[in-house]
Amino acid sequence: MELRINGMTHQIDVEPETPLLWVIREELGMTGTKYGCGLAQCGACTVMIDGRVARSCVTPVESVAGAEVTTIEAVETDPVGRKVVAAWIDNQVPQCGYCQSGQVMAAVALLKENPSPGESEITEAMVNLCRCATYNAIHAAVRQVAKA
Amino acid sequence: MNSLASTDLGPHDLSETPINLSRRGFLGASFGAFVLGVALPAGPARAQAGAGPAIDPGTRVPAFLEIRPDGSVLLQSPFIEGGQGIFTAMAQIVGEEMDADPSRFSVVAAPPGPDYLVVNGKLRITGGSMSVRTSYERMRRLGAIARRMLLQAAADRLGVPLADLRTEPGKVVHIASGRELAYGELAPAAMTLSVPTDVPLKSPADFRWIGKSVPRLDVADKSTGRATYSIDVAVDGMLLAAVQHAPRLGCEPAALLNEAQVGAMRGVHSVHRLPGAVAVVADRWWRARKAVEALQVEWKEADPFVQRPFPVMPADFSSAALKDKLIASHGKALDAEVVGDVGGAMGKAAKVVEAVYDAPFIAHAQLEPPAATARFNADGTLDLWVPNQAPEIFQRNAAKLAGLEPEQVRVHSPMLGGFFGRHFYYEASLAFPQAMQLAKAVGRPVKLIWSREEEFLRDTLRPMGVVRFKAGLDARGKPVALEAEVPGEGPRFRVNKVPLDKPDPTAVEGIAEKPYAIPNRRISQIPVPYPVMIGFWRSVGHSMNGFLYETFFDEMADAGQQDPFALRLELLAGNARLTALLKSVADLSGGWRRGPYTAADGSRRARGIAMASPFGSEVATIAEVSVSKNTIVLHDIWVAIDPGHVVNPAIVEAQVRSAVGNGLSTALLEEVVYEHGRPKARNYDQYPILPPDRMPPVHVRIIESGAPMGGVGEPGVPGVPPAVANALSTLLGRRIRSLPLSKAPLTASAS
Repeated sequence: MELRINGMTHQIDVEPETPLLWVIREELGMTGTKYGCGLAQCGACTVMIDGRVARSCVTPVESVAGAEVTTIEAVETDPVGRKVVAAWIDNQVPQCGYCQSGQVMAAVALLKENPSPGESEITEAMVNLCRCATYNAIHAAVRQVAKA
Repeated sequence: MNSLASTDLGPHDLSETPINLSRRGFLGASFGAFVLGVALPAGPARAQAGAGPAIDPGTRVPAFLEIRPDGSVLLQSPFIEGGQGIFTAMAQIVGEEMDADPSRFSVVAAPPGPDYLVVNGKLRITGGSMSVRTSYERMRRLGAIARRMLLQAAADRLGVPLADLRTEPGKVVHIASGRELAYGELAPAAMTLSVPTDVPLKSPADFRWIGKSVPRLDVADKSTGRATYSIDVAVDGMLLAAVQHAPRLGCEPAALLNEAQVGAMRGVHSVHRLPGAVAVVADRWWRARKAVEALQVEWKEADPFVQRPFPVMPADFSSAALKDKLIASHGKALDAEVVGDVGGAMGKAAKVVEAVYDAPFIAHAQLEPPAATARFNADGTLDLWVPNQAPEIFQRNAAKLAGLEPEQVRVHSPMLGGFFGRHFYYEASLAFPQAMQLAKAVGRPVKLIWSREEEFLRDTLRPMGVVRFKAGLDARGKPVALEAEVPGEGPRFRVNKVPLDKPDPTAVEGIAEKPYAIPNRRISQIPVPYPVMIGFWRSVGHSMNGFLYETFFDEMADAGQQDPFALRLELLAGNARLTALLKSVADLSGGWRRGPYTAADGSRRARGIAMASPFGSEVATIAEVSVSKNTIVLHDIWVAIDPGHVVNPAIVEAQVRSAVGNGLSTALLEEVVYEHGRPKARNYDQYPILPPDRMPPVHVRIIESGAPMGGVGEPGVPGVPPAVANALSTLLGRRIRSLPLSKAPLTASAS
């Protein structure tokens, strides 16, 4: 099938039910998107599909045929993405960093849809798990972009 | 006063346990016996001890530093980065003395080798909140030696005496002429020089970077998906593997009922039996996983005549039954701390309070599932990419497994996607031996990834904690005697295979040697074996014992009608450091108020306080809670931490926040439940960890008292569960003696 990722078209030959996560990681060799749970519990695998936040570990690749998938690898090609990354650095958000690709993508999806979310909108959108509990810093970074 | 001083060198508190062994003795026997529990095979380290001067760890600059022509610096770190900020701290410490800007450093984990045994100059472990405090002087000296080498190279180049030169960040300056030579151009000559290693260190007053919140070096890569972890490793020609573990540790695969069908699935290379597991090797991990989960395996019970380095999991084991057994156990007590005459004082007490407190098994639940890559090379060597907190220990064991010499095994230590104690050498919780066996079997490199479910099945857990407390109060309600019996096992003796004929310090830490002036005390451990793999979890024994002791403290205070804050202050009279700390956290929170009280938003709230003395640091914590819609709400957590002095305040604060999140997660939610020999939870849906909407604002105050440097990564944990539980007990009007708090009914007491 044909897969659009980060503005590029890829021909892939996999079982149609293969999770998008593993197509991104194994067929395309882009490892910024992480496997954490495989059950849409943690959000480490968060990507954008047609601009909306999605958990790629439970997204069958066949369901994204014709859609535009955006991964962390393309985050800095987007003006909102650049702002989010800058805010992540300003706030020194990551610790182990493993969940942060997903956190950044969730923030970018939120801020592209709603450039100035309020506190409760941030809380509702930023639901990915972080075992290092960098939640205070994540919230501060999103708020920084929201208010900019 | 106490019998905690121990020669059993676990990966914790080594700075508090001086190692008075000769180098030869250390390398020859004790290291293997005590740290590893595995005999040290003959190898280069031992050979060095016998032949000529041994390498003095942290002195051979070229083993650590590559100064590139552009002046940037590559530092081989003795410690592994897993979120605690150690790469940045190492760059600050070395850069300070070398006079090189830490922002020009890139840092990687060093390979195994004697140069990197910088923990008190004797071993190498990333854990126990030890990295900076046990290597600080040595790593500074490394930077100072490097600076001296650069100065000497400049002196040689210019034909001037050393005294005519000074450094500025990244360059040597000839004072008289103002001529400058960049480190990048001096490095090739400098790195070949032999210079004195007893170079003087800077005065702290002259520090340019130590003590400052230097930005972390790994943040940009971790914010853009560029950081790579063990799970991301790719080597040419590798195959991918997935496993299905035996449902109970010790069981072995018998018949594979549908092996042919599974072997014929798309992408499958081969099906394998491993000790305690089955595996599928395939061209893609997703295919390997689907295939291995499709395998129908008949498991046979553990052969009782086989010796194993871990306990066999009984088919009838349940964590609830173990808790009952611990509560009722009355075996031989091993005294960890005896002060005064507890029996006599208890007999004369006006009031006696007794209570049993408990905390459950806890999983590490780090977000990166274990992954290991093994590649056997044509020259007979082995490359391993493996998450670990102790490269030399993994190297020695891998060599033993492969029948190689340690120097034939290259251990690569990628960034850790969280660790919290998960990646020590726990025999039943390792992916790399499986990866090695599979790579050997298929004749190609293999990357093995454990699914989240397989990780929950084989994690090595924080031990369950149960304590029977008894306190005697005088007529004024002040405690005069305290007795605590701790049944069970601690992680250090288990991991290091030390017999339980004396108390395991990690079973009683946080209960023994508390700073409160209670004149008669007896703290003891009653050994009861756990048929579960137990190991180190962030803040180790303190992580449950902080809850167990500091909540009973409040129960004792209530029984004597004492305010718990005032009683702590009173029992710390004369201890200036802790008095200041306690007052500081109260001040940070706007003044101590216990409650319950009604807040501005109409909610009923209460606050709890707790103290902890983990890893050489001192911590006081206050939490404010309310209950809304039958859920515990955390409003704020305030932490004052005194680690003596600090290298990077921003990293210290970040570590405290992170530790608070972990502590809160265990307080509210976490519990590993075993039934019928199996853990009930195999993923985060059944084992919830703290989600973002339950993280309160955390307020941190760092106090630099000037005391010897303490640890930073873990000490924020143990105060949180008791501070929260004490607040909730106050709010509800009854004591809560068991974690997690999600089990507690949240209705207020009728009284």
